[in-house]
Amino acid sequence: MIGFILRRVVQSFLVLMVVGLVAFAMFRFVGDPVDNMLGQERTQADIERLREQLGLDQNFVVQYWRFLSNALQGDFGISYRQGRPVAEILIERAPATLELAAVSGFLAIAMGIALGVFTAIRRNGLGASTIMAASLIGVSLPTFLIGILLIYLFSVELGWLPSFGRGETVRLGGWTTGFLTQSGLLALILPSITLGLYQMTLIMRLVRSEMMEVLRQDYIRFARARGLPDRVVNFRHALKNTLVPVITVTGLQLGSIIAFAIITETVFQWPGVGLLFINAIAFVDIPVMAAYLMLISVMFVAINLIVDLLYLAIDPRLRTQ
Amino acid sequence: MTDMPSQDRMQAKKPPSRWVRMWDSDLAWSFRHSPVALVSLIVVLILVGAAVLAPVIAPTDPFNPASLNLMNGFSKPLEPNAFTGEVFILGADDQGRDIYSTILFGLRISLFVGVSAVLLAMLIGVTFGLIAGYVGGFVDSVIMRIADVQLTFPSILVAMLIFGLAKGVTPIAYRDEVAIWVLILAIGLSDWVQFARVVRSATMVERGKEYVQAAQLIGRSGGAIMLRHILPNVLSPVLVIATISLALAIIAEATLSFLGVGAPPTQPSLGTLIRIGQGFLFSGEWWILFFPAVTLLALALSVNLLGDWLRDVLNPRLR
Repeated sequence: MIGFILRRVVQSFLVLMVVGLVAFAMFRFVGDPVDNMLGQERTQADIERLREQLGLDQNFVVQYWRFLSNALQGDFGISYRQGRPVAEILIERAPATLELAAVSGFLAIAMGIALGVFTAIRRNGLGASTIMAASLIGVSLPTFLIGILLIYLFSVELGWLPSFGRGETVRLGGWTTGFLTQSGLLALILPSITLGLYQMTLIMRLVRSEMMEVLRQDYIRFARARGLPDRVVNFRHALKNTLVPVITVTGLQLGSIIAFAIITETVFQWPGVGLLFINAIAFVDIPVMAAYLMLISVMFVAINLIVDLLYLAIDPRLRTQ
Repeated sequence: MTDMPSQDRMQAKKPPSRWVRMWDSDLAWSFRHSPVALVSLIVVLILVGAAVLAPVIAPTDPFNPASLNLMNGFSKPLEPNAFTGEVFILGADDQGRDIYSTILFGLRISLFVGVSAVLLAMLIGVTFGLIAGYVGGFVDSVIMRIADVQLTFPSILVAMLIFGLAKGVTPIAYRDEVAIWVLILAIGLSDWVQFARVVRSATMVERGKEYVQAAQLIGRSGGAIMLRHILPNVLSPVLVIATISLALAIIAEATLSFLGVGAPPTQPSLGTLIRIGQGFLFSGEWWILFFPAVTLLALALSVNLLGDWLRDVLNPRLR
């Protein structure tokens, strides 16, 4: 078991090293960093000085090492487009994305499990069939169209909710939050539904199929035979046993919520990290792209590792191998 | 006169033609009995036909500035324009371009990118899958590790990153020209893992069978065995994945173009058109957004349903 954990940790570490290499290669070889950082009016002396300052005269391995150690200390270089340290921009933008992701994640899990249980228990009812049909459409609708549809309905036609931005935010130390103002909360509604809808349908379908599988088991029949009320059987006996795969899938989906936030943030002009990344691609702002890539890789790799270790904790059979 | 009877005799003896055999096959039977598949196929065929014939059936050439009249801007669907009196079936956009024509050409680009990206993904995935499954050992673990790592990241993110990098590498003057090809490369490279995984596992099953051993015994080379003997036997799951991937690739392309990191405004795909239309949503010109969006949905949904049906018929285990 210790061998398994060690192997997974080493693997994760290797993946991060490779991602670091890709990020470094991007910075070093896509366009000339010196060209991009200096303005039009530059002298040969300026070029030489920056070259030396960035260590571009040294060999590849030394440069790569330097790049990695800088990144580990939170120094991702300077944005070509904004002329400010990338780390500063990222810290400024992170709260918006994290708040959006947290609300959509919560929405997806809560609604997903509730609807999944409902459609599994009342599997032939009208409500359940309607929800299942709607979820099929929800899966095939591209995220950005859902966003546009919601904007059209609730902002253009009804005028109830704002269609872009975060509304008013409150500063709490280094963190800006939209949770404390009315306009901030209203602005969260449409983007979080857009972002959470796909994950919600995914969780719902998973809970439903797992639940239907469990409800067929003998111990459920036995529990019913004992005369336990439906509520106890459904929630205490059945739901509990469906949660293992749900936890894994949900964990893995957390990462994609952050990635899909790119699309939602663009539709709603949400001032988060995803919008920053899309703009970085459009303007070929390599340091921002590289930093985003490294951050999101650390997150994905960490989530994968945690899910694997959780598996080990939940399923004792894996431990004996 | 003399050869007439002999021809008759020949026809009587002839085995059922290829068409008849196809009509009688299991696949065709289940197709005839699935209304969803039937409708989906008809929708796909209409859309593909419209895309292929776009230069012929489009009433105007939306990319020829000479044929545009700015006075036609924001014409409503089916209503004569207040200034010029021209009628556009689906309306016109801000520059007076006929929406119906732009959709036809946009469909062409969306389908071209989608199909090419899937073919690229299939080529890479099947090649690596065959090699990993047939050779095994170290090569296998290296290929599958790479696949695992890539699978950790959502494919849309990988595609965005590849697009951004390729954009950085190409000189500014050529960026719009190569954007379509970069898009194909980005989506294709982000989507090969599914193919590789399925082909690898199918190849590992086939590798142990007698016909492969026989081919090995008579001294056929590894490449020939993979291509001529194993490949034809692992193609049916590949077909299923290709169809489902096509729907995903079309949506991925639309998403990237919508985000502004895909097809350029000079060669708009459906996603680019939706991006353009979004800007007019608040001023009430809904048709600029609505019709491209509906076309995209119809295309993605029908390809998706066709893929689902194919999966259920050919390979229920994949479900």
